[in-house]
Amino acid sequence: MQTHSYDVLIVGAGGAGMRAALEAGPRARTAVITKLYPTRSHTGAAQGGMCAALANVEEDNWEWHTYDTVKGGDYLVDQDAAEVMAKEAIDAVLDLEKMGLPFNRTPEGRIDQRRFGGHTREHGEAPVRRSCYAADRTGHMILQTLYQNCVKQKVEFFNEYYALDVLLSGDPRTDENVRAAGIVAYELATGEVHIFRAKSVVFATGGFGKMFKTTSNAHTLTGDGPAMALNRGIPLEDMEFFQFHPTGLAGLGILLSEAARGEGGILRNSNMERFMETYAPTLKDLAPRDVVARAMANEVREGRGCGPNKDYVLLDLTHLEPAHIDAKLPDITEFARTYLGVEPYTEPVPVFPTAHYGMGGIPTNIKGEVLRNETDVIPGLYAAGEVACVSVHGGNRLGTNSLLDINVFGKRAGVAAAEHAQTVEYPELPEGVETPIVEQLQRLRDRPATEDRIADIRKELQETMDANVQVFRTDETCRKALADIKKLKKRYETVAVQDKGLRYNLDLLEAVELGFLLELAEVVALGSLERKESRGGHFREDFPTRDDVNFLKHTMAYKTLDGEGLEGTDIVLGTKDVVITRYEPKERTF
Amino acid sequence: MTAVAERAEAEPEAEEIPSFDVTLKISRFNPDAEGKPKPYWQEFTVTMHGTDRVLDALHEAKWHQDGSLTFRRSCAHGVCGSDAMRINGRNRLACKTLLKDLDISKPITVEPIKGLPVEKDLIVDMEPFFDAYREVMPFLVSEGQEPSRERLQSAEERERFDDTTKCILCAACTSACPIFWTDGQYFGPAAIVNAHRFIFDSRDDAGEQRLEILNSKEGVWRCRTTFNCSEACPRGIQITKAIAEVKQAVIRGRV
Repeated sequence: MQTHSYDVLIVGAGGAGMRAALEAGPRARTAVITKLYPTRSHTGAAQGGMCAALANVEEDNWEWHTYDTVKGGDYLVDQDAAEVMAKEAIDAVLDLEKMGLPFNRTPEGRIDQRRFGGHTREHGEAPVRRSCYAADRTGHMILQTLYQNCVKQKVEFFNEYYALDVLLSGDPRTDENVRAAGIVAYELATGEVHIFRAKSVVFATGGFGKMFKTTSNAHTLTGDGPAMALNRGIPLEDMEFFQFHPTGLAGLGILLSEAARGEGGILRNSNMERFMETYAPTLKDLAPRDVVARAMANEVREGRGCGPNKDYVLLDLTHLEPAHIDAKLPDITEFARTYLGVEPYTEPVPVFPTAHYGMGGIPTNIKGEVLRNETDVIPGLYAAGEVACVSVHGGNRLGTNSLLDINVFGKRAGVAAAEHAQTVEYPELPEGVETPIVEQLQRLRDRPATEDRIADIRKELQETMDANVQVFRTDETCRKALADIKKLKKRYETVAVQDKGLRYNLDLLEAVELGFLLELAEVVALGSLERKESRGGHFREDFPTRDDVNFLKHTMAYKTLDGEGLEGTDIVLGTKDVVITRYEPKERTF
Repeated sequence: MTAVAERAEAEPEAEEIPSFDVTLKISRFNPDAEGKPKPYWQEFTVTMHGTDRVLDALHEAKWHQDGSLTFRRSCAHGVCGSDAMRINGRNRLACKTLLKDLDISKPITVEPIKGLPVEKDLIVDMEPFFDAYREVMPFLVSEGQEPSRERLQSAEERERFDDTTKCILCAACTSACPIFWTDGQYFGPAAIVNAHRFIFDSRDDAGEQRLEILNSKEGVWRCRTTFNCSEACPRGIQITKAIAEVKQAVIRGRV
């Protein structure tokens, strides 16, 4: 076993992790540990753009952007954080341009901007052109640009190292002096366990969409960061809020950007009606994602779905000029051709909502510092990007605000982590901190062969989450999911892996990742059961309206010390107040 | 109850998705195996469906037959670049190659990409590939004081290097290049593509340094224009054309 020491240790090399590294690197001895080569991260799959009120093509300002973010998030957004994000968005885009990002340009040579769901002028009057973009591969260009600058700055990466445990100096549930101490990581190539001691640790591990069956998420998005945090006693915030993106390729879940609608694409049902006119008369197809996803699911439920099984709706681009499609939406139209054999110039594309983005995650304040309860931070521990809940997305994230989030809060976390590291010494680490992980890996390897398979448990988890905790939820379905997860956790305790080796043992790591997913799915289902209202991406058919009296609160989920929690789980739920500065909650209409 | 589940209950006669069997013939290798291990072929027959890709078939084999079968993958829709491999002798992304587009009457051969050391089964050592990439200064270099807003760039100037911004560093091109197979020192097409992306960016000031690097013994002149790289690129980048443009720029000394 090897031990390493760094001032700042960043876990994850997507947009948030690399943006943090670019800030921490020049200020402190920094390393990034990442389970994928950096350019493989799922930031690269983001398509449509990154919103900032540059006002390059029409009047706009950060206050309108803040308002849209708060309203889009169904008022569960912390408004101080949304304001920070909308203000710093402008520099975040300009920073990327200066780093070399090839944005599309206006005739004057400025960064071009286009419309995106929920982004409006004058507080909801009409859509505004706010999204800065590079064709429909903005995320790809952000990921490449950040990696290029990491190469330029000679950032140190540990590629294909899996972080499996976070080291703290105490238990955050009981020890008020607890602070970050490092990470236990597993080297894929050799099977060796490494201890990384650190003064500051930044979680930037991304999302956990693989708990769902139909998802736009990569196979590797298994929530490693939030799960290891939860297991060490760190709370998770608002995990019941998961975004289902309206336009996944039907049956596959592969994402087709909202930019398709921003460029003029229209959703139609089996009668070829533009049904969004009924659900959102002002913004129509560009209403926020939760509204559009529910409308689509409702059309299908009421029998107006398309195809042999009437189980999807259509995204119609056929009225757009092929040259315009080629210039603005080349990648996503190729997805339709490659994976469904549909020619978007002449045929509408079958689409249905796909699990896309976790609004919840590890709670942080606006500096990126991780909270251990409603108020207190864990010094030296930071989180940024999808893994974190600041909360700038509240109950529903607006399109493009994730690419913005990773840049604004990745930068903030990187700066704060480096500055903290300059003021402290390494915390003491007791002997044998790696033991729980080493023993867990050994157990998975040593178990006698079983009929049961990791893949089957994972598939059943994904199926119950799709069936019971998706766009529409009820008390009954959430309980069903919890019961299923409980059984799956039991099976997980006895299942064996087939690959017993040390070298590139992805069989073993898939098993570990499934363990993380099971932990998090339980929190999602439990939060969904206990939030007896409908808000943003969380829709309860048995409680179909928003209830600000009882639920205008963040949920904080804690793993209990004694294993006794709600509904037969080991989780208890608390709350945290929503920060409201400018905008009193109002009913959302679009 | 979700819409999907309700529909399934209401219409039990919903169309069955047709399935078919395919056989994968996979090159296996584990250097840690006993004795003096060598690569060998192993066949897996799996039941798949019409929209499935080679990656789905590999997963089926790994998840239900042999967990030790090892390959990289992540996004599963052709944007992360993890799963470049040789499928029926051609470099492809497994997640972008649909089974229905292959001849499934005989086994589909799947091998690691060539020219890089095989670490296990379909996994190769990517470090030499990324080393070459890093050597061409794959980042914007601009001299002088930064403007307070964005740098201006016309739509035409932006278009000039659009094609080479699409690269996902999957190594399909470089590992399809016969020069790279015989001379591992050659920078290879992917590195040149990424140099091109900056050489032809109007905002960049280090074009001449990059051209000097690529004018070296292991630079662009090793390219023999076999077009393997362009054929292999899953992003449709016209790589051979990009390399030719870099060669021209070297001759003229400047873009």
